[in-house]
Parts: sequence; structure tokens; C-alpha cells
Amino acid sequence: MPNIEEFIGDIFSEIGEAPDLLLQYLHAIQHEYSHVPEEAIQLLSERLKTPPMKINAVIDFYSFLHRTARGEYDIRFSDNITDRMLGNQLLFKSLCKKLGVEPDVPRADGKVTVSLTSCTGICDQGPAMLVNGLVVSKLTEKRIHKMVGRIEAGIPVANWPKSLFVVKDNIRRKDKLLNDDIIKGSAIGALAATGGEVMLERLENSGLRGRGGAGFGSGLKWRLCRETEADKHYVVCNADEGEPGTFKDRVLLNSYADELFEGMTVAAGIVGAKKGLLYLRREYLYMREALEKTLQERREAKLLGKKILGHKGFNFDIEIHMGAGAYICGEESALIESLEGKRGIPRDRPPFPVTCGYKNKPTALNNVETFVAAAKIAVFGADWYHSVGTSQSSGTKLLSISGDCERPGIYEYPFGVTIRQILVDCGASDTQAVQVSGAAGSTIPPQEFYRKIAFEDVSSGGSFMIFNQQRDLLKMVLNFARFFTHESCGFCTPCRVGGRLLNDLVEKVMVGYATRYDLKEMERIGQVMKKTAHCGLGSTAPNPILDTLAKFPGIYATRLHNTSHTPAFDMTKALDVSRLLTGREDEGAYVERTDEY
Amino acid sequence: MNTENTFRLDGKDIPFKKGDTIMDAALRAGEYIPHLCHNPEFKPHGSCRLCVVDVNGRHQASCTLPAEAGMEVDNSSDAIRQRRELLLQMLFVEGNHTCPACEKSGACQLQAVAYYIGMLSPHLTHFFPKRSIDASHPDIVFYHNRCILCGLCVRASEQVDRKSVFAISGRGIDSKLVFNSPDGKLGGSELEFTDKAVEVCPVGAIMPKHLGYETPVGQRLYDTKPISVVGDVAAHSKPEKPFISDKSHE
Amino acid sequence: MNKPLVNEYGSKEKLIVATAPLCGCFGCHMSLLDIDERILQLVELVEFDRSPITDIKDIGKCDIGLIEGGVANVHNVEDLREFRNNCDILVAVGACAVNGGVPAMRNQFDIKECLEEAYILGIGIENPHVPNDVEIPLLLDKVHPIHEVVRVDYFLPGCPPSADTFWKFLTDLINGNTIDFPYSLIHYD
Repeated sequence: MPNIEEFIGDIFSEIGEAPDLLLQYLHAIQHEYSHVPEEAIQLLSERLKTPPMKINAVIDFYSFLHRTARGEYDIRFSDNITDRMLGNQLLFKSLCKKLGVEPDVPRADGKVTVSLTSCTGICDQGPAMLVNGLVVSKLTEKRIHKMVGRIEAGIPVANWPKSLFVVKDNIRRKDKLLNDDIIKGSAIGALAATGGEVMLERLENSGLRGRGGAGFGSGLKWRLCRETEADKHYVVCNADEGEPGTFKDRVLLNSYADELFEGMTVAAGIVGAKKGLLYLRREYLYMREALEKTLQERREAKLLGKKILGHKGFNFDIEIHMGAGAYICGEESALIESLEGKRGIPRDRPPFPVTCGYKNKPTALNNVETFVAAAKIAVFGADWYHSVGTSQSSGTKLLSISGDCERPGIYEYPFGVTIRQILVDCGASDTQAVQVSGAAGSTIPPQEFYRKIAFEDVSSGGSFMIFNQQRDLLKMVLNFARFFTHESCGFCTPCRVGGRLLNDLVEKVMVGYATRYDLKEMERIGQVMKKTAHCGLGSTAPNPILDTLAKFPGIYATRLHNTSHTPAFDMTKALDVSRLLTGREDEGAYVERTDEY
Repeated sequence: MNTENTFRLDGKDIPFKKGDTIMDAALRAGEYIPHLCHNPEFKPHGSCRLCVVDVNGRHQASCTLPAEAGMEVDNSSDAIRQRRELLLQMLFVEGNHTCPACEKSGACQLQAVAYYIGMLSPHLTHFFPKRSIDASHPDIVFYHNRCILCGLCVRASEQVDRKSVFAISGRGIDSKLVFNSPDGKLGGSELEFTDKAVEVCPVGAIMPKHLGYETPVGQRLYDTKPISVVGDVAAHSKPEKPFISDKSHE
Repeated sequence: MNKPLVNEYGSKEKLIVATAPLCGCFGCHMSLLDIDERILQLVELVEFDRSPITDIKDIGKCDIGLIEGGVANVHNVEDLREFRNNCDILVAVGACAVNGGVPAMRNQFDIKECLEEAYILGIGIENPHVPNDVEIPLLLDKVHPIHEVVRVDYFLPGCPPSADTFWKFLTDLINGNTIDFPYSLIHYD
């Protein structure tokens, strides 16, 4: 391994020296050394004039950064509910057993660490894992077995068969956005021909709304950004696709990167930005090289850099910033904090990023899909786009479909498509529920399958997970409750504490000790989170519980204990240590968890 | 009253100036909105969420929400009271708040707000987390058990003391306060007893050494009058150096 | 307003009250006795069943059960459950019953550490071993407030709740008034 001081020196000369690049340095160091060594923290502290405390605070915030060494082979199993439905738990245990490791604990020889991680966005070809940042999809016992052999033999991941690391696009249905190709540079050319104002009107007329889920008018957003006076403006693409069950940005980044960068460049031309940032989730590190290559090709084609397409004063370039494993950074203001090298704590809003974002400058921050759509609207016009969709939701939406269906993958539909139609198309039958828009979304029962995907009906950021009648829906609820407990940033009381309380209560239901009283508590806690949380994560985190309590009461009722109250903890377990230390096995050494009263 | 620069709080007209939050204007008008992480001397934080009010049907944190003319603000309905009570109960079960064994008792803002709300028990299931006590500093003890992550010491140390002794680290339920010192202990930091950061702690997390139970029960800050009348802890803190310490900061 | 409490035999008869200490210091019982001469009024209204005050060891059906102390061991669990099964209204009295109080400060340590420190590693211990007589109640790994074990109807905070708090609570409850403590009666220490 390289000398740390030299390594850090190299990164500094490569990407520059500034406190807001802290997360980028940490990412690079983590990747090289499988952790951020104390020595590196001291060196960064000196060079950035930041106390080690603050660097540690950042490291401890992100799931993919560590202060102690992980193994030479750093393995993380994706643990979304869809991975679980495909059997990841057995494979995880099998791998741990074969390698002789405990989860999260590096093996004594420092060779390997195995952990679980939040959804990695490979739900259509799970179960999936990351090995030193590379995706292994469609895991099977056979693949695990061979993997163990390679690890024990010390074969570098770079020399593992390429077939292991194949991630398919799995595009199953194309509509306007994926079908109608544009020539590289044509959107920028269109902007140059029309000028910013006309282009803005075109976008506004198209009715394009943010594809991340919130649905704010993109034209209006860019207009506000353009009209906010400042010495600098920024364009930021949110590629922190962390919502469980979503993988459409993965496909766009893989096969539509030119259109994405084209859209960002059009946005830059409109708002007057010289710099753009692509915030790429750490789980998608494996695509970075190709994305950098695309950027370089665009620079060479005069589509990025100084005097774009020969237009004097049109200067714009794009940098890729890596995330480091934090769902909350998908929230736009947390993402900006993260871009500035800090912990991803959502800011107070107002002011909104559009007037006061990255480095407190006006920032046009949009989803990958939004930029791709904007590029095409710039070329084909507003009518091309809003000729499909509904009156309030124009155009199309990419859905990431996974779970119980014959053909998981990417489906592009005009807005207004019914859930029932989607289920038919992807070959789902005997469906018990659909989780639309991820863990933070809505749980839709069969009696609501007539409903439409649209901002005004069932709004979706793109995740569409299907559960058939054989599935235990409570496992989904528990998976999401754990996810939110793990991903809460911890800033505000209701999300930080309420999330953990909800998680514990769902676990109590799972083991059959919860009562009606506990369900009422879940409802009460959930409502407080919904009403009082600081940001969208906190206020949507109780959704899967509140939704299923209302629409799938059976998954709870069948598990309730038949008394009015049960203890909050396991009495028998609470005596385990005392029993062991005293060696007692008499009647007084045991207490039932419940009592008849 | 000119309705162009007033909003209504529980039916009363509250005047406000440009740039005021609901909290700013309410406090100036003598209307109490329960809060823990807010201190008028510092930029609002909005993390404890106790100051949520209902504004035109939506719950909002009054410490961060800019006042607007004509807003209808509910600060006293039963629904708001109940939500605040549950938020308080969350804070109580999250840490280890053993009031009978805490020197801050009687002059603690967490306790005082809970009295004001009428909270009789923490009600929820206690986490009983294992948290340490840092007694490495000659004049000050830090009790992680009692810290509610309000971030006031972080802000005070950064903005007033210009030392940046504190930061919040970790994520989610594992978030905790950390100290800027070579060994991570408070003793090695630049914190001094007279620092603003010591004064602003609303709970018994940052406590003076060598002092304790100075004020007789019955005469403590919140013994007879509620916080709505008495005001915040920080407004009454007058740190006096208890002993001459041998600590030198070079 | 609550309905005035009547026992199952009709309102003429006195309400039956039982009290019990779990893991606490008896301070709450002392504080109850601090109602001083008002106790004469109280015995006009209620009759005491099992209680350290009466020295009655077995509990019968009661209207009100007052529990002091947290739940630290097997006997505490059994006593608490017996009270819950026999009392119409169960009241958590004092800091320990309400949130574990001072005894719950041992939750900062593993039970193993506690027992080893007390019986094995401590200074001056002869014949070091963790007592294992079956008559000694086995310790739970943590001390819990009583609402984490049984359903609780009312909470009286305080360490201890003052005599006036007891008086206000009992007279309001017996007379069917809404229990609404004034500011001076709510404290946690």
C-alpha cells in the first residue's frame, strides 16, 4: 500500500485542496486503505486546518467510511426487502460461515469483512452484493462457494471473472424518453438557437416536474435560480438513488449519461452556471469510470469546458462527487451539505437551494431523470412531452419494478397508467400489495390497483416493489423500519427517537408479544413523526407502518397477544446472565414473559 | 393593530419585524412557546421540535419559520400539547434522566418544559443506553446520559467562544457529542469554565465540578414558577469559577 | 370528571387500598405517611389491605394499588403482577416506579459487572461467590419502570411525591374529580 502522506498529496494535487472536498478525500482514502487511518485524519486535519473531531464526525456519519480497517475483501450484501425475498439472508449466513467471520467484524487475518448494507439499487437482478465497490448480482450458493475459493486463494477482485460483475439495464418498456434519441450536442445547440428565456418557456410549457418524487416544476425552479442574483450559480444532479427499490437512475447513468450531461449543460446555460456537480451514490462507484470517460469525450467534443460549441462566454464543466452511504443525502439540502464535505444534515428551509444552495449560491438541483427529460424537451419541444401523461403530470415516468413478477426491470410509462396495467405488463399475479415510491412511499392494496401513477394520485419517485399473496408483508414493514432507523440522520427528536421506538414495536409484533395497545402506540408515534419531523425522511419514515396498519390490519391482528398488555422486554432473557452466574435452575430462576391479567 | 405586520397566535395579534421567526416575535410579545434547542442569541437550530405550532393547518417549528402577516398560529391546542408531550417523552427515554440524582434538577430546562406541559411519566419504553461520563476536565464534567443533542454548546463554542470545542458526531440514534482534543476527552480541550458553551446547556450535561446542590429545594429556578414565567436556563446562568484550578491552557 | 369510585359492593363501603414497595427506598411510603393528621380523614374513606403499613402479607381484591419502586428482580415481577391482577387501579408512585429512578442507574453496567463487583472482586470479600440460595430473588439484567411490565393507570412522579401530591391524587380519585395537578405538585425529584 502506498505511503499515506504521498497518497494524500497525490489526491490533493489531482482534485485540489479545499475543506469542502473532505468527503472526496475520505472516500479515496477509504477505498485505498479499506478505512481512514488515524494518520490520514491527522494529515487532513493539518492541511485543511480542521480539527480531527470534525473529520471524525464526518467519518462516523457515513456508512461506507470507517476508522478501523475492514478486510482486504470488503463485502456488503444489499439488504433491501427484495434481496431478502430472493434469499439473501441464507447466502449471507452461508458466506459468513464459509469464511469463518462474524458480520461486520474483520477476520483475524485481515482478509475479509462481510456486512449488510441498505438497498444497492440492483433489485431487478438480486440478491446483490458489493465487493470492493463492484457489484455482484444474481447471487447463488454456487457463486458464493466460488467466491470463497477466490478469497482464500487471494485472487484480487480485478482478476475475478468479468461475468460476475455484469449489471444489465433490463429495460422492458420504452416510451418517449428512452425511445426518441437526440444527437449529442443538439440540446445545447437548441439552447444556443433560442436563448435562455425561450428555452425556459419551452420547459415550463412542457409541464416537466421534478422526477425525484416531490414534483416541483423544473422550468419554474430554473427560472427562480436564473433570476436570483449572485456571482455564481450551480447545477447539481442528484444521483444519490437511495430509495429502496429504485434503480432507474442506475440505468440512465449507464446508458443515457450523454443525455444527462446534456440536460445539465442546458440547465447551466439557462441559470448561468459555470460549474456542475454530479452527486453519485457510493453504491454506484462502479459506474464512475465510464461516466468520467463520457465527460472527457464531451470536453473533447466542445460540449463541456470553455466556449461550449464555440459560444463565447458559455463555459461549463461537470465534476463527479461521491457519496459515502447515507440515504438522507438524497434530500436536496442534505445532499448540498454533503457536497460541501459535511455530515448530511438537512438544512432549514426556507431558504431553498434554488436561491441559496451549494456554497450558499443559487443552485438548480434536479434528479437524473429530470435532466435527461429536459435535454430531450430542449430538442423536441414542449408538445412532444406533454402530449402524453395527465393534465397535472405531463410526460412519462420511469419505474423500477422488482419483487414478485416475471419480468422485473425498467418500465417507462406515460403518467396516468394504472397500477393494474403495470402488474399485467410485468407479469405479476396473485399480488397482495405494491409498495410504490420505496420505503417512504405508499403501500397499495388490490382494491386500489385502479389508481394511477401521477403526482395527483399515486406519486412515485420510481420504485415499484411487488408482493404476492405468499409474502409476509410484516417482513417488509420490519425491513423498512430497520432501514429508517439506520438511515435517520439523528438531527431531530421525532425521527431519531421515534424511528427506533417504531422499529422496536414492529419487532415486538413480529415475535408475537404485541397487543392492541402497542399498535395504538405505533400509530401515535408515527403521527408525531409525520407531523413534526425536520425533513421529508422523518415525516415519511412511518408511512409503511401507518399505511399497513390502515390497509393491512390482518398482518398485525394475527400476531397479537391475547392479553391487554405485555411487558416491553423479554423477561426470560433478562434473567439469562443471573441464571448463568448463580447456576440456578429452580422455579424461581424463570419468569414467563406474559401473565394472565 | 396594523394587520400588515402581525400574525395571530392563539387569537392574539402578535406584531413582528422583518426577518422575525414566529418564535422571535412571540417571545418579544411575552408569549411563551416551549423550546429546548432554541436560544435567542444563536441562529435557530430546529432540532428538538418542541416548538412546533400549527400554522394554517400545518405543523411547523416556530423557531425557524419566518413570520408572515395574517398567519393563524395555534400554540395551545390539545393536539399540539399532546405532540409536545410525546416529543418530551422521547427525549426522556432516549437518555438516562435520573432527576433525583442530578445536580441540575430544579433548574433544568428539559424538566421545566415537561412540568409546564404537565408530563407525569416518560410513558414509552426506556432505551437505558450505556453512556459515559467525562470527568477529565478540572472544572467541568460532561454527562452524556443527560445530553439531548440540542447543539447549543456547539454553536456557542463556535460563534462566541471561537473555539469549536464541541461537535455532534455519528448518525441516527447513535449520534453523540464529541470534543475537540487530542485524546477526544474534554480535559484536553480548550474549554474553560467561563465559556459561553458552558452557560448555554439547557440540561445537566455540562456541569461544574466542585459545586452541586447549592440552592435549597424550594428556591431553585423552576421550583415555584413555570418556565413560561421564569424564562430559559441560559438567561439565568451566571457561571462563577468555583475553585482555582491548576489547569493551564497554553 | 371521573365517576366517584365505588367498590363492587356499593358506595357505602370503604374503598380498599393496597401498597407495595418494589426496588425502592420506602421514601414514597414515608411521604404518604407525611399527610399527617389527614390520615384520619383518609381512613374514613379507605381501608388498607396488603401494605407495609398494615403488615398484611397477602393481597385481596382492591380498588387502588399504589406501587413504589422499580422492577429489579423476580420477586418484584411477581409482586407487581399480583397487584395488577388484584387492583382495579394501579398507580406508579415515585421516580423509581415511573422511570426506574436511582436503582436504574445500575443499568449503566452489565449485571455481570454488578454481581462480580459486589460478590467477587470487591475489596475485603471473603469466600467470593455470587449468592445462589433459592430464597434470594434472581436479578433482572436491568431495572425497569413498572409500566414496562404491567399496564399502569396513573403515574405520580417525584422522589418522593409530596404528601400533598398523594392527598390531592387520592381525594380527587375517590371523589371522582379529574386529577389535575397544580404546577407545584409536579416534580421529578
